[in-house]
Amino acid sequence: MSTAGPARWDIDPVLTVEHLTMRFGGLVAVGDLSFNVGRGDITALIGPNGAGKTTVFNCVTGFYKPTEGRIAMRQGEVGDETIGRLTASGRQWIAEDGGAVFLLERMPDHEIAYRAKVARTFQNIRLFGGMTLLENLLVAQHNVLMSASNFTIGGILSLPGYRRARRAATDKAVYWLERIGLLDRADDPAADLPYGAQRRLEIARAMCTEPRLLCLDEPAAGLNARESAELNELLQFIRAEHDTSVFLIEHDMGVVMQISDHIIVLDYGVRISDGSAKTVRNDPKVIAAYLGVEDEEVEAVEERLQELEARA
Amino acid sequence: MASAESLGSASDTRSLGEQRELEAMREAQRGEPPRVAQSAQGRSWVAASVKDAAIAGFITAALGLFFLGLTTDGPSGPLGIHTRWGALAIAVAIVFGVRLLLNLFLFKNPNPASTAFSGIGLPAAAISGISKTLGMALLVVALVLPFLLIQFVPGQSRLYIDLAILILTYVMLGWGLNIVVGLAGLLDLGYVAFYAVGAYSFALIAQNFGLGFWLCLPLAGILAAFWGVILGFPVLRLRGDYLAIVTLAFGEIIRVVILNWYDFTNGPNGISGIPKPTFFGLEFSRGEDGVAAFFGLEYSNIHRFVWLYYIILGLALLTNFVTIRLRRLPIGRAWEALREDEIACRSLGINTTNTKLTAFAIGAMFGGFAGSFFATRQGFISPESFTFIESAIILAIVVLGGLGSQIGVVLAAIVMIGGTEALRNLQDVALLQTIFGANFDPVQYRMLIFGLVMVVIMVWKPRGLVSSRTPSAVLKEKKRIGADLVAQGEGH
Repeated sequence: MSTAGPARWDIDPVLTVEHLTMRFGGLVAVGDLSFNVGRGDITALIGPNGAGKTTVFNCVTGFYKPTEGRIAMRQGEVGDETIGRLTASGRQWIAEDGGAVFLLERMPDHEIAYRAKVARTFQNIRLFGGMTLLENLLVAQHNVLMSASNFTIGGILSLPGYRRARRAATDKAVYWLERIGLLDRADDPAADLPYGAQRRLEIARAMCTEPRLLCLDEPAAGLNARESAELNELLQFIRAEHDTSVFLIEHDMGVVMQISDHIIVLDYGVRISDGSAKTVRNDPKVIAAYLGVEDEEVEAVEERLQELEARA
Repeated sequence: MASAESLGSASDTRSLGEQRELEAMREAQRGEPPRVAQSAQGRSWVAASVKDAAIAGFITAALGLFFLGLTTDGPSGPLGIHTRWGALAIAVAIVFGVRLLLNLFLFKNPNPASTAFSGIGLPAAAISGISKTLGMALLVVALVLPFLLIQFVPGQSRLYIDLAILILTYVMLGWGLNIVVGLAGLLDLGYVAFYAVGAYSFALIAQNFGLGFWLCLPLAGILAAFWGVILGFPVLRLRGDYLAIVTLAFGEIIRVVILNWYDFTNGPNGISGIPKPTFFGLEFSRGEDGVAAFFGLEYSNIHRFVWLYYIILGLALLTNFVTIRLRRLPIGRAWEALREDEIACRSLGINTTNTKLTAFAIGAMFGGFAGSFFATRQGFISPESFTFIESAIILAIVVLGGLGSQIGVVLAAIVMIGGTEALRNLQDVALLQTIFGANFDPVQYRMLIFGLVMVVIMVWKPRGLVSSRTPSAVLKEKKRIGADLVAQGEGH
């Protein structure tokens, strides 16, 4: 469809999903889905309810093991040839000078967060409600602190190396609390926060793991207009100031169209459109999937789609 | 609407004036939520209380007719039936009276007496201060307790030191279980298994290899931790009730294996002659090389009890110190995060398998320490000491104390263990006997009273005596977190 050569996300992808299929019994939730998430982009995955968006997320973050397909996460400059070699080797990941590749479908969920540096948030917020904001952000830095405390032994003895790491972790937590405007409430339990603030805190907590790819599952759900604007600003900030690409599921078209560099549209587990906000907005397939079409119009639309595809 | 209709049917029995008044009230409140029903209820709450109490009394009479009213002679003589209408009448009167009082002051009263108490709740900051002061006070008392007892109750000091040792053992077990249940939120109904592993490890190593208490203690802890990991593996994926059932079964398996593996554990006969701990190589004996002779004291068997007391106090304080330390370290915070939300933990890169296993292992290790102390104190162990009721008591201490609260465990252990033992040893029962009759023996009712106390605590403080959480890291101001916000974890 694109006329001006390959798109930016195809040239320098951070995440490459190929032929991803997820079946639950007889139900094909995601069927043969392939797409790229560009480095430094904000990529949106949209689609009607039940299209399989969250399933894709769960596959990428390791909460589901995909039935088929390859999900490759790249850090730094890595060529397709390295991914092929890694796939053949049967290993989970490979680190070379200049970069590393992780095959996410082979890794357990916590390894994906820890090694491949893919962080995620949840559709229904999953904060540690009985812990303070500061504690929430410290838990996110568990692996760093754990190795700094020599797996607890240095921590019990309070060795200087651990004390330093602890201070650094607190500083990072304070930095993010300041960023999301919740520094005053650092010592309050997370469950006490209003809904919008909980959403921001969950993003900050994910960012404390220093991810290369941040996966957000409906970050704007339940937010009012002002909170949505704050969220936009936060995501733009994350992209601009941190080496983090953002991959999000969203229903709020205001947010999606405003901030996304790249939109992938899913319907019934199949990709129906892929491109910039403008391309997707004018795609008749997307309009049909979202607004629906009359029965007699279906054939006409399908004919037109075939025409378009033949032309492309 | 429904309330207005019911009011209409009820008003038939009222006097004309009252009906007019109700009409006026209804007129005045048109468009308002129907509050008329409430005020009508308020007027007749005394009558409703009496009626309710009468129904309760009638139910008691019906239930007690055969249980209390009739009695049969025992198997020794010929079978005969006697009536005890007096006892039945007393039971009915008690139920009627108590129910009426409850109705009048709590259930039916428009201004329940309980509201007067609800204001008494202390602010969180005050509780924090109190628990810290209380902790220090308890520590000071615990450090000098044996000398106080010897000084003030010389005749019975041995008895009381023994009781203090028992309470401290349960405090230590409670603190150990608190790591698993309170912090990591994994309900473990088989904690006594690690207690047993610790006790038997010590007894068997001491008997077969001739090692002393101080060498066996860490070995017993390590072995118990090892069994903690073994239990941890199969229950890693279990949640909720299933976790509780499997840990319960594990506790029973260990006991049954000990009972039946006669060649190794001496089965139901138990192991006797377990060595006593020495005081830096000196034994508590009457001879020349005993502790008393070494320090030039007159021999008294109380010395050994004092020494045992300080050993268990030291072990318990070690458990407490390690738990408090671990809570502020990444591992402890990960335990608590695991209790709050396991899926979120995984999304943050926390290896939940390792985190759960360390919780099981460290909790089990302290159980093993306590077990080997138990073995050396008793000098004899048998599988009967490690039944499910022990697990239940330890869990009850943790739950009554407040999940995750260190000082709560101490208070609950004092109430539960000290309370039951105090009832057992009750000296002055004259007052109780004048109330309940000359044959009243409180010892027989101690489990009943114990159960009632548990019910009362759970009604009054459903999340335990100390039901708030102290944050493990503080930026500016330490605020305690109410229990309603804190998740309970799996299996509760």
